[in-house]
Amino acid sequence: MTRYLDIGPLDDIPREGARVVKTAMGCVAVFRTATDAVFALDDRCPHKGGPLSEGIVHGTSVTCPLHAWVFDMGTGAAQGADEGQVATYDVRVEAGRVLLDTSRILRERAA
Amino acid sequence: MIPGTAERKTEKLVVIGAGMASGRVLEHLMTEAPGAFDVTLFNAEPRGNYNRIMLSPVLSGEKTYAEIVTHDDDWYAQQGIDCRFGESIVKIDRANKVVYSNAGGVPYDKLVIATGSAPFIIPVPGKDLPGVVSYRDLDDTNTMIAAARPGAQAVVIGGGLLGLEAAAGLALRGMEVTVIHLMGHLMERQLDPSAGYLLQKALEARGIRIHCKGATKAILGTDRVEAVALEDGTVYGADLVVMAVGIRPETRIATDAHLEVARGITVDDALRTSDPAIWAVGECVEHDKQLFGLVAPLYDQARVVAASLLGHEAAFRPVQTATKLKVTGCDLFSAGDFAEGPGREDIVFRDPGRGVYKRLVIEGDRLIGAVMYGDTADGGWFFGLIKDGTDISAMRDTLIFGPAFQGGPSADPLAAVAALPPEAEICGCNGVCKGKIVSAIEGGATTLDAVRAQTKASSSCGTCTGLVEQVLAVTMGDAFVLPTAQPMCKCTRHTHEDVRRLIKAQGLKSIPAVMQELGWTSVGGCASCRPALNYYLLSDWPLDYTDDRQARFVNERNHANIQKDGTYSVVPRMWGGVTTPDELRAIADAADRYNVPMVKVTGGQRIDLLGVRKEDLPAIWADFNAAGMVSGHAYSKGLRTVKTCVGSEFCRFGTQDSTGLGIRLEKHLWGSWTPAKVKLGVSGCPRNCAEATCKDIGIVCVDSGYQISVAGAAGMDVKETELLCTVATEDEVMEIVSAFVQLYRENSRYLHRIYKFVAKTGLDWCKAQVVADLDNRRALAARFELSQSVYRTDPWAEHAAPRERAKWQPLADLSLEAAE
Repeated sequence: MTRYLDIGPLDDIPREGARVVKTAMGCVAVFRTATDAVFALDDRCPHKGGPLSEGIVHGTSVTCPLHAWVFDMGTGAAQGADEGQVATYDVRVEAGRVLLDTSRILRERAA
Repeated sequence: MIPGTAERKTEKLVVIGAGMASGRVLEHLMTEAPGAFDVTLFNAEPRGNYNRIMLSPVLSGEKTYAEIVTHDDDWYAQQGIDCRFGESIVKIDRANKVVYSNAGGVPYDKLVIATGSAPFIIPVPGKDLPGVVSYRDLDDTNTMIAAARPGAQAVVIGGGLLGLEAAAGLALRGMEVTVIHLMGHLMERQLDPSAGYLLQKALEARGIRIHCKGATKAILGTDRVEAVALEDGTVYGADLVVMAVGIRPETRIATDAHLEVARGITVDDALRTSDPAIWAVGECVEHDKQLFGLVAPLYDQARVVAASLLGHEAAFRPVQTATKLKVTGCDLFSAGDFAEGPGREDIVFRDPGRGVYKRLVIEGDRLIGAVMYGDTADGGWFFGLIKDGTDISAMRDTLIFGPAFQGGPSADPLAAVAALPPEAEICGCNGVCKGKIVSAIEGGATTLDAVRAQTKASSSCGTCTGLVEQVLAVTMGDAFVLPTAQPMCKCTRHTHEDVRRLIKAQGLKSIPAVMQELGWTSVGGCASCRPALNYYLLSDWPLDYTDDRQARFVNERNHANIQKDGTYSVVPRMWGGVTTPDELRAIADAADRYNVPMVKVTGGQRIDLLGVRKEDLPAIWADFNAAGMVSGHAYSKGLRTVKTCVGSEFCRFGTQDSTGLGIRLEKHLWGSWTPAKVKLGVSGCPRNCAEATCKDIGIVCVDSGYQISVAGAAGMDVKETELLCTVATEDEVMEIVSAFVQLYRENSRYLHRIYKFVAKTGLDWCKAQVVADLDNRRALAARFELSQSVYRTDPWAEHAAPRERAKWQPLADLSLEAAE
């Protein structure tokens, strides 16, 4: 079951940038593209734990700031020669507010 | 009463608002069921329905009001509509089904609310001054026409559809127009940055000044408007200010009547409000959490309302809409959804020479969005594909070329070039035709460079380089091998050197401008080209390029060095390695206050605080600023440190004041951005305690003066510097070092350190530029100083400002949120 929580206004996330949401399971990076699409991923590169929220966003991909691994923000899959996967979360924008599906984050905590 | 319908039972219909939506409702009712209703039509404006979206041609003088009237007095009279124009509704009495205006009550059986929307006025000081207008109705338009005098100044706040139409209209009336837009590019809701860039260029070409990322702070004036002041300190003089920043649904009477209202009046699929006897239509409604401002969905709503009023089943289903800007000569089109998203793919076409940009967004086998600028002839066809959800997989390869290309053979670019007649122009800058290039090739010019040298083709702006290569390939066949210069990245076929040359030649000042004009093949670049482009633009146009903060690598965005665990290291500047007890105390206090796990002396004679959390960065910077310290830029592709020894001041061997010279150099060079990091060293004697001879630039003081050497390295490669020159005075050191740094800034490939730059260009060339040619040296130093006039500033001060601090915190904290 989904559980969308309002995490703040879209305008608080810079275009081609990200902000993080703190959870008990670690941080989730919420990205906004040049054309206002939003994506939410675990803020941890599977390679060496780099904060993806600080990477450079290009199109619908983000490049990790530590060692330049590139991830498709839609699927969370590493691109190119690298292999790895970042967990993704459903996120959407309604009336200028960003809604994040927190069901998995909060359920895992309860388990 | 309408003749011939007297015996039918007629219902009383009251309509509030005579705009385009309700006008269309009445048209449907009058054609489908004439006489079904006794209609009373209220309108706050003292006139009936006109085509509001044609106000822009009225403003520009291309049309008159009479030409945009859709329903004149005769029409209302023929339909037997009781018109109450100029009367505002003050109350709806739902219990007794009566609406009240100032003139009294009118009973209804069915009621339609079509109050439209009101312009949003930003609540800044001065908003009520005479001369400040919104842009919504004919009265506003007439106010603007009355105020428009040739040579007078107008400021339009808002770079959306309406604002730009107002700006173009006022410019056509001879006003000097400035558009202030809050976002990074114009019409950001309809256009992506590339199309927005082309639009801006076209508007600027007709004399309209565009100021993006501009936040209005206040409107200035005493008796009437005189100027507009922005948050960034800019002030534009203004005789007229037009606010076109958006609209909000006009819901006051609905709210007063306790109808359900969210952002707009809430309606169901039949456009009924929460009261079954009341409908709402147009910009005042909210349907399925959506508001509507464009005319196409409003007309759809009108059809549904009319059917529903007549008791038929009808449901409103919002469909994709298309936008066009009504500014003569600016062809743009956008339709559907062109946001990026998972599983979406782009097809991009750019023709810089003609100023054409087209982008299609595809999801699966369907076209879901289209943005185009410059050539919008196929817009309608693409819009049809979007609306119909046509399967485009079979024509995907040629889709971007439009309907004319569907089913035809796929185009071979070489065949096209082969088919060109000899007199076809290849290079527009130098007027070189194909025949001239072919004869040069036949005469032995078998490389691009040789063709360039002999014919001048592609030697100016270079955008025809690909075409010249194709002529070479066609003429020489297999004997021609394309040069394999490494392109900058996969987004372009240009090399770093070409990109740098073209940025200068074409005067490009923003990343979208470069991507458009140089034919980038990706939508927004990649992590490799974006920081490089941002640097090239900064280097060439330090005062007026458009910075893209998000194109900066994390360290330069956060002004600290990211560490392996995601924390940062912070290094305050310590001029020439000299500090004071007060500074040391401030550093120690900060280390305590922010629980810094490690305090370390760096290799560049400074103190590094390692393990600072991102959230703490603004506060620690503020503390250092308060203690008089600025950023050491220990993270930047820029000037880092100037390492020194103690020199003649204390050392028994020192020949000159190396510490003083190091401080002087650091104070001159700090804050400057360079292609890669730059470190200097100044040693007081040839014993070289500052290890100056393995720095990017090293100065060794000797009895007779100063030896300046460059291109050392002590990183992945270890290399001793090479002597550039020896000079007698400190002032000469300052001038030659600035000129050399500027030479490097203007000519090096991004991420190449000085030793790589010198290896590529040759030390002799560098000497010729900054040692032998005195005029050139002075010009380089002057350009460096110009750039430093804006960059010799501390980035911490800006980011540590209280209003900036929230941006460094998490957007939300759900760590204490209860689980289900």
